Amino acid sequence: MNILRKKSTANLPFSETAIELFIRLCGISSILFVFGIFFFVFREGAGFLFNGLDVKEFLTSVEWQPTSLNNKRYGAFALIVGTFSVTILAMCLAVPFGLGAAVFVSEFCSPKFRETFKIIIELLAAIPSVVWGFIGLTLMNQLIIVVFKAPIGLTMLNGGIMLALMSVPIIVSIAEDALKAVPDSYREAAEALGATRWQVVYRVLLPAAKNGLLAAVLLGAARSIGETMAVLMATGHSVNIPSGPLSWIRTLTATIAAELGEVARGDEHYQVLFIIGILLFTITFVVNLIADLVIKGIRQE
Amino acid sequence: MDPQNMPLNYSIETENLSLWYGDFQALIDVNVRIPDGQITSLIGPSGCGKSTLLRCFNRVNERYGNVTTKGKIEVLGKNIYDSDVSLPELRKAVGMVFQRPNPLPISVYENILFGLRIHSPMGSLTRTECDEIVEEALTSVFLWEDLKDRLKVRATSLQLEQQQKLCIARLLPLKPKIILMDEPCSALDAKGTLAVEELMEALAGTYTFLIVTHNMAQARRVSKECIFMLLGELIEHRETQALFQTPEHPKTADYVQMRYG
Repeated sequence: MNILRKKSTANLPFSETAIELFIRLCGISSILFVFGIFFFVFREGAGFLFNGLDVKEFLTSVEWQPTSLNNKRYGAFALIVGTFSVTILAMCLAVPFGLGAAVFVSEFCSPKFRETFKIIIELLAAIPSVVWGFIGLTLMNQLIIVVFKAPIGLTMLNGGIMLALMSVPIIVSIAEDALKAVPDSYREAAEALGATRWQVVYRVLLPAAKNGLLAAVLLGAARSIGETMAVLMATGHSVNIPSGPLSWIRTLTATIAAELGEVARGDEHYQVLFIIGILLFTITFVVNLIADLVIKGIRQE
Repeated sequence: MDPQNMPLNYSIETENLSLWYGDFQALIDVNVRIPDGQITSLIGPSGCGKSTLLRCFNRVNERYGNVTTKGKIEVLGKNIYDSDVSLPELRKAVGMVFQRPNPLPISVYENILFGLRIHSPMGSLTRTECDEIVEEALTSVFLWEDLKDRLKVRATSLQLEQQQKLCIARLLPLKPKIILMDEPCSALDAKGTLAVEELMEALAGTYTFLIVTHNMAQARRVSKECIFMLLGELIEHRETQALFQTPEHPKTADYVQMRYG
């Protein structure tokens, strides 16, 4: 019976205990960091959020004049609209391309080409966002001026294209995993009934993998919402409710990045930027949570 | 011309059929004729090529890549390797039931209609037609009483026996001529096996059945003719009772008297 006795840490050598402790710490640390960051961001913004800021104005006014001498205004509505409109535009471009590429890689291309393609997609994911911003600022700017005869190419369209290019790799790799997870017997069954390859895709694979595909789209969207540098450089960075894809906009993230370096620590403007941080945190948290719940939905099936 | 009206005695005929997976030759000069409207079984030890042969007849072999086929296969009087053969049409006429029941992860109702939907233009089926087709198909496989109140249930949540019957039922709305079965009972218990065998007997006559089986007792029970294969070659093809009682070839005798295999 002795060997069946419950293992107690007391008999383990010291090194074993130390390693176990270290691994435990690594595991817990990520939780600590998330809560730590949230706590810090919240603390910096909390004072003004509960005492002084007109929350209704913050969420609904388009007047963003934090540096005005006698008429300071903190209306973030245009920034919120900017963030969502550029994200939605980016998703309109990235979702069809991303899902299309995922279907191609998992169902239509040869195994040899698949490996090459995946490496290239991963390379696309590894390009730093400032490089994307740089491309937006120079190449895409010129392209939009020429193609759309716009006065300036730094627009929501420009930022949307950059964000789309940055989200596509995430969407492709997660969506491809979801398609690969569909048992081959489903494909075989459908093909033996005479389905063409495309019919197999849209009648069997897309419905069977729909949760995974939705998760891929949501994680791509979360990436777009949180992205800063590329949109700061490519969208014109001007507070404006967009009237179309060729309007310039400003996003929540870009506002923080552009203004935080110029404010005095602790003053109202500084705190408002942190409140924007809290807002962003909440948005991405909700999107990620939905994505997680959706992925969990797959596993239970 | 409707193939059923033609004076055709054989559903499937092959001529010197050889097949390679890469360098490995899985079928060697197989010549076989499968008669119309009865059950023919294919037996032989594992790896003898019986499943491969079965999978030639609806060209589902081609999914696996690196397959070379030589010789001639005529299904319903038509060489299926002719360039004008449409795979969807071939597979509509030649249905297949797999070793593991593989209903699609959609409702029972939609599983039955799946084949019909992919073969007919969008929106050409009315609701009442669909209901009738589903009832008819489920009735022919003796599932209607069990499932008539559960048509919206996901087919993958049914019992294995019901899943396998459903896999047979979903072929029927396409009005196939031939049904290929690749060890259809190996995932089922004795009761399920018996139920599927009864179903085959009830449907034989309307359809030509070709069944691969490891279970010699099953071959004796259900099939009228029996084919014995060994190492990619067709050894003996005769009436089932004759093949089991008075095998002509010594290798057949060894196998059916279970000296190996």
